[in-house]
Amino acid sequence: MTTPTIESLLLAMADDELVLGHRNAEWTGHSPILEEDIAFSNIAQDEIGHALIWYTAYEKLAGRSPDQMAFERPWNEFTCARFVTYPKGDFAYTVVRQFFFDVAEEVRLRSFLASSSEVLRSSAAKILKEEAYHRLHTQGLVERLGDATEESRRRMQAGVTAAYAQALGLFEALPDEAVLVAGGVMTPNIELARSWIEAVAPVLRSVSLTPPVALTADAGGRRKKHLPDLEQLVTDLQSVYRLVPGGAW
Amino acid sequence: MNRSLDDERVWEALASVKDPEIPVLSIVDMKIVSRVRASGTAVEVEITPTFAGCPALALMKDEIRKVLTEMGFTDVSVETNFTAPWSTDLLEPDAREKLRSFGIAPPPRPVQIDLGRALAEPVACPYCASAATHLESAFGATLCKQIFYCDACRQSFERFKPL
Repeated sequence: MTTPTIESLLLAMADDELVLGHRNAEWTGHSPILEEDIAFSNIAQDEIGHALIWYTAYEKLAGRSPDQMAFERPWNEFTCARFVTYPKGDFAYTVVRQFFFDVAEEVRLRSFLASSSEVLRSSAAKILKEEAYHRLHTQGLVERLGDATEESRRRMQAGVTAAYAQALGLFEALPDEAVLVAGGVMTPNIELARSWIEAVAPVLRSVSLTPPVALTADAGGRRKKHLPDLEQLVTDLQSVYRLVPGGAW
Repeated sequence: MNRSLDDERVWEALASVKDPEIPVLSIVDMKIVSRVRASGTAVEVEITPTFAGCPALALMKDEIRKVLTEMGFTDVSVETNFTAPWSTDLLEPDAREKLRSFGIAPPPRPVQIDLGRALAEPVACPYCASAATHLESAFGATLCKQIFYCDACRQSFERFKPL
């Protein structure tokens, strides 16, 4: 069964993937080592591919194409979490953010495998296979850099301190969430957030990285309450397209 | 699967379209073409991407349109199915052999049962067949490949990512 509200869920996920993909692509040519340059460029391309899956599902229901949604929409119409909009920052922050996102995706996509929505079930199954490679890589980096040297430890801890509350913003309730939950389409975000906290905890603990104690989820994105970082990113993302709107290259 | 003669002609023609990132395999070998329906001068082709973000997808669609137009079809539709599953398990033995002879270690099978175990299996060097190889980079020059190094013949090589 599809309800009109599933569109807002598809769009939120598509926007998360597109924006984080764009942020990761900012490392192309700028990573500390070649292997990570390749890794983050690949991960960026994968995430943008996943955005395409969700935007295509959205198009089937709402009629607006992936290109229209990515390139013609004003920045303050995006419904991504603020988490994905922050500048790429220190490489350690990028590693922590991507690890947090990979776990969040895994938790969310696994919950979709039991959804009443066929498009969520089949898309989740496809994306999970690719995502396994992301988590393998980023969790490995967290475990190695978390307790490698004094400097790597300090920078990774700073990444965790900054990104943790931001990541919880990925689980901000959608405006129509109750309808989707009642229809068996999705698991409540609050439950997914709990699963996420439980999944990242042992990894952080294994290298003595600690989440901040007092925190409030960095929410707002799902209600289009964004920071100027997103405006800068979307302006950059759409700049070529806007030169010749609708043009074929 | 029931295929009409028209469909058969289309499948044969599509076997000439190569995957631009793996030029020894066609999009039929790669199981990217998932459905063909030809009727009169109209033809519908459905493709299932390997990795969703594959940048070669647009190029392959253009190439399919070109080949089918040259065959005389005037109404060509190429649809991408993002929800159908694709797995390296679909690759037939001859496609795997073509990969190996091109210098790309084929994916292990079956992946669907256990990706973790598939990734832990030793990878034979496509040049000298030695199993003394190690993963150099989990990500490679394209989304579907990883970089390995052979400690026996001291060459780096690519491996098709099990998916």
